[in-house]
Amino acid sequence: MADIQYQAPEDLAAASALLAGAGGKARILAGGTDLLVQMKFDVVEPTLLIDIKNIAETRTIAEEDGGFRVGAAVPGAELGEDAALAAAWPGVVEAAELIGSTQVQGRASLGGNLCNASPAADSVPAMIAAGAVARVIGPDGQRDVAVEDIATGPGKTSLASGEIVASIFLPKRPANSGDAYLRFIPRTEMDIAVVGVGISLSLDGDGVCTAARVGLGAVAPTALLVDAAADALIGSKLDEAAMDNLAAAVSAACSPIDDKRGTVEFRTDIAGVLARRVASIAFTRAGK
Amino acid sequence: MPDEVNTEFKWVGKRNPRPDGVDKVTGRAKYGADLYLPGMLVGKTLRSPHAHARIKSIDTSKAKALAGVKAVVTSADFPAIPKPPGPHGPMISDFRDNSMNMMARDKVLYDGHPVAAVAATSEKIARQALKLIEVDYEVLPHVIDPVEAMKPDAPILHDDQVTEGEDEKTAKPSNVYRIPRAQKGDVEKGFAEADLVIEREFTTKAVHQGYIEPHACVAQASDDGVELFCSTQGQYVDRGSCAKLLGLDISKIRVTSSEIGGGFGGKIPIYSEPVAIRLAQLARRPVKMVMSRDEVFRATGPTSGAHVRIKIGAKKDGTITAAEGEMTYQAGAFKGASIGAAMNCMFSPYDLENIHVWGYDVCVNRPKVAAYRAPGVPMAAFGVEGVINELADELGIDRVDLRLINAAKEGTQNVMGMKYGPIGFQEMLEKMKAHPHYNAPLGENQGRGLAAGYWLHAGGMSCASVNVSDDGTVTLIEGNPDIGGSRASMAAMVAEELGIDYNKVRPIISDTSSLGFTFLTAGSRVTFATGMACVLAARNAIKVACDRAAQMWGVSEEEVVWEDGHARPAGANVGDHEPMSLAEIAAKAPMTGGPIAGHAEINATGQGPATGAHLVDVEVDRESGHVKVLRYTVFQDVGRAISPDYVEGQLQGGAVQGIGWALNEEYIYDDKGRLENPGFLDYRVPVASDVPMIDVCMIEVPNPNHPYGVRGVGETPIVPPQAAVANAVENAVGLRFRDLPVSPPKIRKAIKDAGG
Repeated sequence: MADIQYQAPEDLAAASALLAGAGGKARILAGGTDLLVQMKFDVVEPTLLIDIKNIAETRTIAEEDGGFRVGAAVPGAELGEDAALAAAWPGVVEAAELIGSTQVQGRASLGGNLCNASPAADSVPAMIAAGAVARVIGPDGQRDVAVEDIATGPGKTSLASGEIVASIFLPKRPANSGDAYLRFIPRTEMDIAVVGVGISLSLDGDGVCTAARVGLGAVAPTALLVDAAADALIGSKLDEAAMDNLAAAVSAACSPIDDKRGTVEFRTDIAGVLARRVASIAFTRAGK
Repeated sequence: MPDEVNTEFKWVGKRNPRPDGVDKVTGRAKYGADLYLPGMLVGKTLRSPHAHARIKSIDTSKAKALAGVKAVVTSADFPAIPKPPGPHGPMISDFRDNSMNMMARDKVLYDGHPVAAVAATSEKIARQALKLIEVDYEVLPHVIDPVEAMKPDAPILHDDQVTEGEDEKTAKPSNVYRIPRAQKGDVEKGFAEADLVIEREFTTKAVHQGYIEPHACVAQASDDGVELFCSTQGQYVDRGSCAKLLGLDISKIRVTSSEIGGGFGGKIPIYSEPVAIRLAQLARRPVKMVMSRDEVFRATGPTSGAHVRIKIGAKKDGTITAAEGEMTYQAGAFKGASIGAAMNCMFSPYDLENIHVWGYDVCVNRPKVAAYRAPGVPMAAFGVEGVINELADELGIDRVDLRLINAAKEGTQNVMGMKYGPIGFQEMLEKMKAHPHYNAPLGENQGRGLAAGYWLHAGGMSCASVNVSDDGTVTLIEGNPDIGGSRASMAAMVAEELGIDYNKVRPIISDTSSLGFTFLTAGSRVTFATGMACVLAARNAIKVACDRAAQMWGVSEEEVVWEDGHARPAGANVGDHEPMSLAEIAAKAPMTGGPIAGHAEINATGQGPATGAHLVDVEVDRESGHVKVLRYTVFQDVGRAISPDYVEGQLQGGAVQGIGWALNEEYIYDDKGRLENPGFLDYRVPVASDVPMIDVCMIEVPNPNHPYGVRGVGETPIVPPQAAVANAVENAVGLRFRDLPVSPPKIRKAIKDAGG
């Protein structure tokens, strides 16, 4: 365990410069709910911690183009307290609020959950379903990246040297839209997803699904966007046949491993079960 | 919650505040890691990454050379202990095993087995030093499962271990340490008389006690002696172990027990304590060692995972004619699975004529098992109660009625020949049947389960001192770490005896040098045995106080009695003298012969067993296999609840631990024998939201061998839950479950395989 430097810059350019200059030995500190645990267990041994919580953009929720720009370090508890955000994207908010305990909720953030790149991250399938876009700031300026393209494997991201996720954009919703997220855990809380499913969908005036996105967590090396599952819903009123197709498409997309948290068979099976339930909740919300 | 407190006593049976309560809820209480001494070093342990390997060499030179490292130890720094002559009793204390478990000697026997330790000026340096220790291992084949470990070609953990009873010179080394057996009557005859015989196999996984406080200690040493502060279930037993493992005189070591953040049996063995002392001796500075959670899971006491085969025969009317049980228990790296206790208890709620039980105590490449709340019994009871529930269904007899037909009563003799005194099992079953929970309606996918359990309890050695101050207040000194509210119970009994206010008795837990030997806080013995010592000490103090009153009144000792907190004239002198309170007598003590005190040193016997039965409702999500516990009621014969609040806490806690054991907890190993889930994220104990309020129904059938009727209460409540919860799941989904944990993937698969 080496000595650790701590920096808390007040703008993203400075944070990015520090990160780029550290040659891979720096870590971004948002809520720290994953990072501190990893440091304690020697999983990572950074020499520099760059706290981004003093940077205004990472700490604010702002309406933008009819959608919401959520700072990467906004804690879960604040997401739930933002009534407009919670009304527009209940699935994303409920996913973020499932992370950890009440205490952890005071720190844990969407940005951290995304960049930790755990396949089982709760908020990520919900953000994927929402069509969320991460704003990435780096030495060469800024770029917008679909959230499903951030993680490339367990603990690995597509971010280049010096790049930081500054915020996440949740787009404007058409009328009659709804989203939802459910995860399976053996307990009731304080656990990690064995499977997680996020679904966002829009209906026309007749209740026919016109658009859908399905995000799937903990069943592959990264959280997945499952187009075939969305296709099963689009054009339907989520009747039994559509639900069967959805469940089949979701299960087909699973490529999990047998591990201490669940078997291949169980995860594949439960993914389909959860997808039906999530679609049904999103459908109800869209109809309201 | 109904207040079943009796009115016979002033303090006993009342909901008195805990003498240790405010300090514990405000954070002032000192737990194992809370002591800081000037110049204190941080001790850390290097542990084996292998399940089974020969240690070819250990090179500590680089670690020793690191600035800030003050001492490094390996097994070479501890005396080698010769193999003791067998056989061992049921409480195996083989100090050679203990020594090799504390620090591996020639081989490492499990993932997490200590191989070296360092003391350094900071945690950072200590951790760096561990990385500089070079251990050359020859990795050996390992074995995790006890059934595999019994096969002829299994890797052998101990080349010098033969199965007990075999000739050490000629027999082949074996992982099976012994095959204890007990019988009553003739099972063959019994099975022949049965109309229905059910034989089933069950498995359970190794589970950890899951105490919140990790093992922690601080040691100081000089040529004059050793001071040890640690979280333990028995400072006196720790002292003896440390003396043995370090080659020191027992009286040179003083052990002070910290407050204890849970033990459940797991803080009976010693782990880092002698290592910390040795490091402190070499460094000549105090050394603190605190385990991480990862270390707690990898290297301290889970209880045995088990394979259990149960066969029970019954007549059509429900009378059980014979019962047989075979247990194969993981001992871990060293012998000593709790098979004896399992044999003693598994069929003991019932009055049976013919019983045959035996078991295999099998070494495997896992941490050595430690006691866990009614050690050994829950796994066997899971099988017994499961078969009894199946028998009830097959015979068409209500599950409670079948147990009533066969219930143990006063005079029943169990398989070990123990004859019961008054026992409340029948009364409890009647109460269960009459309880609103028993016939409450169930919804769709909901099921109700029930099971019974029994634990034998321990007596043993205890000391106590009652010292009366000159203002009449009392210091009560006893020697058991307070895990479940024992200070409150001791103080209540002493206040009751002395006839003084409960709040005027201050209970203190002694270090090992200030009071005589007191055995462990274990076996649910403390309120029974140490409680008896406290009562006797109080009575001895009363005798002294009465003598003093007699002296002042100029009468004989026989003419004074102690009533309601006062010495009163009781002979021909009645009416001649005003009664004197303890405070009045104490104030005059300097003139009447000196301090007033009472002491007791006892070896308590006559402990009464406790029976319990649990009723639980669950709802199963058939599509996911998720189980929600909806309602839970514990029934138990508690003898007498000295402190009803803390008795209820024991019954609730046991039930919750059992629910975790039943539904989700398990040690998971990879194919290299490394523990995959050494943390609370993936070792799933129930969280608060997982369990409903656990309702408690106490039945009080006092134990006649204790002045207040105490039986002991803490262990019985972990015996029934596994079978009760599994039975509730069975009842909800209509399928049998015989392998713990009854986790969602197993339930889902069973439902799917059955076409659901």
